[in-house]
Amino acid sequence: MVTTLLDARRARRIAEQVPDPELPMLTLADLGVLREVCLAPDGTVVASLTPTYSGCPAMAEMRAGVAARLRAAGYARVEIRTVLDPPWTSDWITADGRRKLAEHGIAPPGARRAGATGPVPLVLSPARRSVPCPRCGSADTEETSRFGATSCKALWRCRACREPFEHLKEI
Amino acid sequence: MSDDHVYLTLAEGHEDDTRWAYGTGFEDPLHGVDTTVPDGVDAGGLAALCVTLADDALVAAQRLAEWTTRAPELEEEVALANIGLDLLGQARMLYSRAGQADGTGRGEDAYAYFRDAGDFRNVRLAELPNGDFAFTVVRLLVFSSWRLAHFERLTAHRDPVLAAIAAKGVKELAYHRQYAAEWAVRLGDGTEESHRRMRKAQEQVAPYLGELFTAYDVRDEVVAVLRQVTEAAGLPMPVYRPLPGSGRAGEHTEHLTPLLAELQGVARAHPEAAW
Repeated sequence: MVTTLLDARRARRIAEQVPDPELPMLTLADLGVLREVCLAPDGTVVASLTPTYSGCPAMAEMRAGVAARLRAAGYARVEIRTVLDPPWTSDWITADGRRKLAEHGIAPPGARRAGATGPVPLVLSPARRSVPCPRCGSADTEETSRFGATSCKALWRCRACREPFEHLKEI
Repeated sequence: MSDDHVYLTLAEGHEDDTRWAYGTGFEDPLHGVDTTVPDGVDAGGLAALCVTLADDALVAAQRLAEWTTRAPELEEEVALANIGLDLLGQARMLYSRAGQADGTGRGEDAYAYFRDAGDFRNVRLAELPNGDFAFTVVRLLVFSSWRLAHFERLTAHRDPVLAAIAAKGVKELAYHRQYAAEWAVRLGDGTEESHRRMRKAQEQVAPYLGELFTAYDVRDEVVAVLRQVTEAAGLPMPVYRPLPGSGRAGEHTEHLTPLLAELQGVARAHPEAAW
């Protein structure tokens, strides 16, 4: 029993360390997409992942990455399951993950609209919060595009240090 | 060690999955999700609903993808492609759910690649050619507002899988609507030329509005959003002019068949292909 518990914990540690394919400074645990790792009675490691976006093309690579690391660590039987509920939001990114993003020049997401239920309101007047520049810290920044190189990022520019930067969207 | 390289691992260890062609479709997007259809949920109705919602998304995504290399600016190309990618992801999960619910076990490819235009149930609004950027903005505003309102209702669906797919989609669709609404205001309230093009796009979209509100009661919410945007944009509210036929009944415009030919060509020429 004790070995099984230790084994499950070890499997979890291995899965947690798999880097995200598109944000390799983050592990899947930092990103908050690794929901659960457990051992089935027959010894199969079952790892549960949740997609960030419905169409995130990195999901296949994430699954392959977790399975490959676990197999390399000696687990012969690995199963990767998809979990949809509750849906991933940017709030699932850990404090560690946010720090690493900022260190790599990507502005981490702020807090999402809190406690909101019912239809999502459309806000047209731009009273949008400013995203601090991850390089110089200035609040004098502007959004240049709501979409970036991957679904999860937007493009911003700092008016103080003149550097463009990416921002992980609040969603 | 090759296990560290995701592309090498994809190419190597596929003992029971040799069919990983077609983009990201390495595995059922709902793999490992509990596929039971709850008691009291009509499985046939659920499957039909999922196909309908998936067809809307797949066809709209294909049109959005056509903007790649053709958009007015790189930023807009990236935006439209990303919106299409979200919709494609929604379509994949919904097709997968449909195949589970209707008992056939069909995968997403069977629905996307091996049905003809008459089998598709998407609204005709989704299949219309892209036209200019103004048309794409007007269509996207209407489509995303309508789909968002519908998905918000579906988060309470008695099928937990559909409810979860909808909950995920709501956040994405709200972001799409925001993008389209901001462009609608910018163009409607922009130059004479951009205003003129927006008016023209509204007229082109008008015949296809009625079809959106036949089956699902989300009309008031969508109208309220469109009113908010058109007022800010200095545009009139679009007027609905009825048009016979319905995409929901498999009656499509002449534009769907060529769209599907491009979408399905490779898969049909090489069924079961792996590369």
